[in-house]
Amino acid sequence: MPLRALGSEQQLTSFVIRRLLYAIPMLILVSFVSFVIINLPPGDYLTTMRQQLESQAGLTREEAMLIAERMAARYGLDRPFMVQYFEWIKGIVTRGDFGYSFHYNRPVSEVLWQRLGWTLLIATTCHMVSVGIGVLVGIFSATHKYSLLDNVFTVLSFLGLSTPNFFLALLIMYYLAFHVKTHVGGLFSTEYVMAPWSWAKFGDFLKHFWVPVFVVGLAGTAQNMRVMRGKLLDVLNSQYVETARAKGLPERVVIFKHAVRNAIQPIIMYLGMSLPFLIQGEVIASIVLNLPPIGPAFHIALVNQDMYLAGSFLLMIAVVLIVGNLLADLLLAWMDPRVRYE
Amino acid sequence: MAQGELLLDVQNLSTHFNTEEGIVRAVDRVSFQVYKGQTLGIVGESGCGKSVTAKSIMQIVPKPNGRIVEGKILYHREDGVVDIATLHYQSQEMRELRGNEISMIFQEPMTSLNPVYTIGDQIMEAIQLHQKLDKQAAREKTIEMLAKVGIPSPRERIDRYPHEFSGGMRQRVMIAMALSCSPKLLIADEPTTALDVTVEAQIINLMQDLQDEMGMSIIMITHDLGVIAGIADRVLVMYAGWVVEEGSTEEIFYSAKHPYTQALLQSVPRIGRTGRLNSIKGTVPDLINLPQGWCYFAPRCSHVMDICLENEPPMCALVNGRRVKCWLYQEGEASA
Repeated sequence: MPLRALGSEQQLTSFVIRRLLYAIPMLILVSFVSFVIINLPPGDYLTTMRQQLESQAGLTREEAMLIAERMAARYGLDRPFMVQYFEWIKGIVTRGDFGYSFHYNRPVSEVLWQRLGWTLLIATTCHMVSVGIGVLVGIFSATHKYSLLDNVFTVLSFLGLSTPNFFLALLIMYYLAFHVKTHVGGLFSTEYVMAPWSWAKFGDFLKHFWVPVFVVGLAGTAQNMRVMRGKLLDVLNSQYVETARAKGLPERVVIFKHAVRNAIQPIIMYLGMSLPFLIQGEVIASIVLNLPPIGPAFHIALVNQDMYLAGSFLLMIAVVLIVGNLLADLLLAWMDPRVRYE
Repeated sequence: MAQGELLLDVQNLSTHFNTEEGIVRAVDRVSFQVYKGQTLGIVGESGCGKSVTAKSIMQIVPKPNGRIVEGKILYHREDGVVDIATLHYQSQEMRELRGNEISMIFQEPMTSLNPVYTIGDQIMEAIQLHQKLDKQAAREKTIEMLAKVGIPSPRERIDRYPHEFSGGMRQRVMIAMALSCSPKLLIADEPTTALDVTVEAQIINLMQDLQDEMGMSIIMITHDLGVIAGIADRVLVMYAGWVVEEGSTEEIFYSAKHPYTQALLQSVPRIGRTGRLNSIKGTVPDLINLPQGWCYFAPRCSHVMDICLENEPPMCALVNGRRVKCWLYQEGEASA
């Protein structure tokens, strides 16, 4: 009798393995495309540097050319495109070396990891908050359709969906700075930026942290709320929910065990897609709030044609997309047996 | 008449829906009885209130729009009579009846089972809810029920998901679930409408076999007169929320009284009959804000009289427990 149960598990295992294998060619493709895109704009960092050397450092054209060529040789920029790509990938895979950032004058990985940590922290917190609140409010709205609170939440969610987050960031900063009269922007107050971690610093961090989480997470929360409400209303009308009621189950079991598990699927799918979206969505809010995550640095890297840094950022966003989708798919397969077939 | 022991006595039941356009009297002063071990058939066109009657008995009328506004649903338990109409739909007492003493199967086997749980989980859920069995015992009971409804190799199938079963098999699973707590009353709401005719016959036979074995009463709701003829002891004909006629199955089929029942029987296709199939002219009236005080069938009736449009026909009790709601008949008239 556990034979069949095993079959079901095996199905899930085979799905997981299949899905993991599909991710590998995707990652290779994405890394290549990232590299191609970064090399597409005419000129490169060396051109910019040469011009700066000539105009600002007063070197002759030949001297500038010489320095540029030396740099090109050192970083392999004079080699064919495909070779550059393979060297770059080899570095990443074997040594975790993402290349060198010309703008920051440091290895890309240093710039990247320092920022990626903050970005992931903000993005995952936003995710958890927006899913948690969105789903719970969505369930409430669907089970109390057209009640006063449902209408209030509906209005709020439309406001949340339609307010640009940089504008919201400005409003909050204005309010905090002029009405609460507190330090705004960044993740720490000035006196804590360089201080070692302590409870006081942590408290100060929380005081700053909620602003980006709120600003970036608001639209997601509103979206999740609407999706959850709509889908749950749909599911509540389905026959199997009536079957569950007809069994004599208490209403909360009918809602949470039978209806919600079927209604939450679009939220999970959206979760996979929205992880990189959240990172991008952060760009403007981060600039306004003066935060250290990826967004603004990506922006600067693009402006300066800092190719390895920009390419690595692009690659990381794509990787996050693929990994996010992979996680969402696996979660979905665990939740819904029909997904395990292909 | 000798009908045996009374199980369910529905008296003057009305269930209304408040819609944006107005009130729908989906079930309008309906009375009927169900006796132990017998099968009551309820026939009628779509929207005549058959399903809502069934859902009223289960107290699963869609909230918040639908509600029972009057009448009694007297359910005879071993320890006395309970009026279901007065129970709150989420009360402990109602939940102990629902799915346990009274259970229901539905029209759409393809969607009646939750796609994300195995059929075993779903049947065991009902068993563990109502019976004091541990998980292993509930599982054994589930396997036994699956075998009983004719699911091949139930020990393996128990861990399968609904999408791995055909429509007919899913309806068998639903029957297994509904009967897993040995209910006294099984309400089958068009259980074969969505199935092929061959599968339909199998399901009907299965229900009859299980009734012989377990002795439950059945309320069989259908618009298919052929199904009713095969399984029901008594038949209730509904039209626009009313019961328009009641009688034994033979009486209904061989000497239908109400012009609606007669028309319904004439619109059944028969092998050998040529020419155009008779259909009942006109359509069922829109129940939203339907004015009262006339016969709702009058516009489609070939025997229509002036009085039909001026007054609501009374329910005439004929001999042998036959009833007909029509101006053509008088109280106590012989039913031959």
